[in-house]
Amino acid sequence: MKQTFMAAVATILITGAASAETLKVCAEGAYPPFSVTTESGTLEGFDIDIANALCDELGMTCEIQATEWDGIIPALLEKKCDAIIASMSITEERKKRIDFTTKYYNTPAKFIAADNADFEISAEGLEDKVIGVQRGTIHQDFMEGEYPDVELKLYGTQDEVYLDLAAGRVDAIMQDSIAGKEGFLDQDQGKGFSFIGGSYSIPKYHGDGAGIGVRKEDKALKYALSAAIEAILKNGQYGFINAKYFDFHIY
Amino acid sequence: MNFDLAFKHWDLFAQGVWMTLHLTALSLFIGMMIAVPTAFAMLRGGIAGNVAHGYVYLFRGTPLIVQTYLLYYGLSQFEVIRDSWFWRPPSYLRKACFEDFLYWKICVADFIPSLRSAWWCAVIAFSLNSGAYVAEILRGALKNTPKGELEAARAMGLTDKQVRKLIHLPSAIRRALPQYGNEVIFMLHGSSVASVITLQDILGTGRTINAKYYVAYEGFLSAAFLYLCITYILVFLFRAVERHYLKHLNIAEPSAKRGWFGRTVAVPAR
Repeated sequence: MKQTFMAAVATILITGAASAETLKVCAEGAYPPFSVTTESGTLEGFDIDIANALCDELGMTCEIQATEWDGIIPALLEKKCDAIIASMSITEERKKRIDFTTKYYNTPAKFIAADNADFEISAEGLEDKVIGVQRGTIHQDFMEGEYPDVELKLYGTQDEVYLDLAAGRVDAIMQDSIAGKEGFLDQDQGKGFSFIGGSYSIPKYHGDGAGIGVRKEDKALKYALSAAIEAILKNGQYGFINAKYFDFHIY
Repeated sequence: MNFDLAFKHWDLFAQGVWMTLHLTALSLFIGMMIAVPTAFAMLRGGIAGNVAHGYVYLFRGTPLIVQTYLLYYGLSQFEVIRDSWFWRPPSYLRKACFEDFLYWKICVADFIPSLRSAWWCAVIAFSLNSGAYVAEILRGALKNTPKGELEAARAMGLTDKQVRKLIHLPSAIRRALPQYGNEVIFMLHGSSVASVITLQDILGTGRTINAKYYVAYEGFLSAAFLYLCITYILVFLFRAVERHYLKHLNIAEPSAKRGWFGRTVAVPAR
C-alpha cells in the first residue's frame, strides 16, 4: 500500500516536471512587427508567436527573455537562454559562434528614404549621404562590404534607426523589407518615406533567411526545433500566425 | 577571450579615444564657463539665484543618460525644432567653407551648435550637466572662503568686482581642486553615454567590436582598460597641480613618502 502510494507520488512528480519543461528563448523586443515590447513590458510579435507554437509542438513551455541585440549571441553562449528566436539571419560569420536551425522565414533587405529623395542607390549616389543601420546586423555587413566609403551611423535598436530617419538625421536606412514596411512605413511616423532601390538578398551578407540560434553542442535541440518548424508549416499553425501579421507568405 | 581584436582594430580605438577626450575636454570647458556665474548667482540669491538653483537642481537631479536621450531623440520629435536654426544652421553658413584649411575642409557651420548633430547634442547635454555639478562644487568653496581674506582685500581698496576676480574665485578654485579632479573623472566616464546616441567614442568602439564579432567581453574590457589608463593619467596630473597650488595648505607633510599611485603615505612620528 505504502509502496504503491510512493510510486504514484513519484510518477506525479516526474511527469509534473516533464510537462513543465521550459525552453528559455532570447528575443529582442524592438523590432516590429516581429518582436515588440508591450506597455506592460511583455514581448509579442511574429517571433514570439512562432516561439510559442514551436514550444507547443515540442510539448514545452517557452520562457521569453528580452535581450539586447548587441549581447544576444553572448547571452546564448553563456546559457542565459537556450535558443535565439529574434529574426536572426543565418550567416557564415555567425555560424562560427553558434548553430542554426533551418530558416523560419526569409525576406529581402531594402533601403528606405524620404519620398522626395534625389539620390540613387549606388556608390556615387550615396557618396555624401549618411546611412543608418542597426549595429551588428547583416545590414551593417552589407553596407560595409558593398559601400565601404559611405558614412554609416550605428544604432543599438532598429526603433532608434527609424527615429533618426524621421528626424532627418540620416538620409536613408537599410533593413529588412518587412520590418521596414510594417514597423515604419505603415506607421504614422513613416509618412513621407518609401522604399528606394531594389531588394537585396546576397547570401554572402544576408545569409539563408532567419533561423533559430542554438549552441553548437545542443545538436538534439537544433534538430528538434528544425523538425518543429517543419511540423508547424505542415499543420497550418505557421500559416495562421503568418496571416495574423502579413497578407503574403514570408517563408 | 580574444584580445587580438583590440589590436586588429587599434585605429578604431584610437579614434574612439580622441572622440572621448575631445568630448570630455570641450564639455568641461563649457561647463566651467557656465559654472562660475551660476555659483556666484547661487551665493548672492535673488531671482538669478533662484534660476541658478533651479538649473543645478534639475541637472543634478536627473541621470546624464536621460538628459542626453531627451535632447537627442526627444527634441527631434518636434517639427518646430526641426524647422528652426537650432536644428541646423542656415544653408549660407553651411556653404561657407574653407576647402584647404591645413588638411581639412572646414565650414563655419561646423562651429555652430545644432541639434541635428549627435556630436553637438552630446556636447550640450554634457556641458549643462558638468556645469551644474561644478557650480555646486564652486558654491561650496566660495562660501567657505574665510571672511578675513575678503575683508583684507576690501581693506586694500579693491572694488567688489576685483575682490571676486582676484581673491574670491582663485582662492575658491584652489580649495575646490580635489573635488574638481573628481568631477573631471566623472565626466570622462560619463562621456561614455555618447555611445547611445551613435557616437563612436571608446565605449561605442567597444560595442561595435562586440557586435561585429558576436563576443561579450573583448570590446568592453578593451574599453575599460583605455578608460583606466586615461583616468590614471588624469589622477597623476591633478596630484601634480594640487601639489603646486595647495602647497600653502600643507597637505603633503614634508616627511611624507610617496606611495603607489602617487598618494602620500603618512610616516609615523618617532
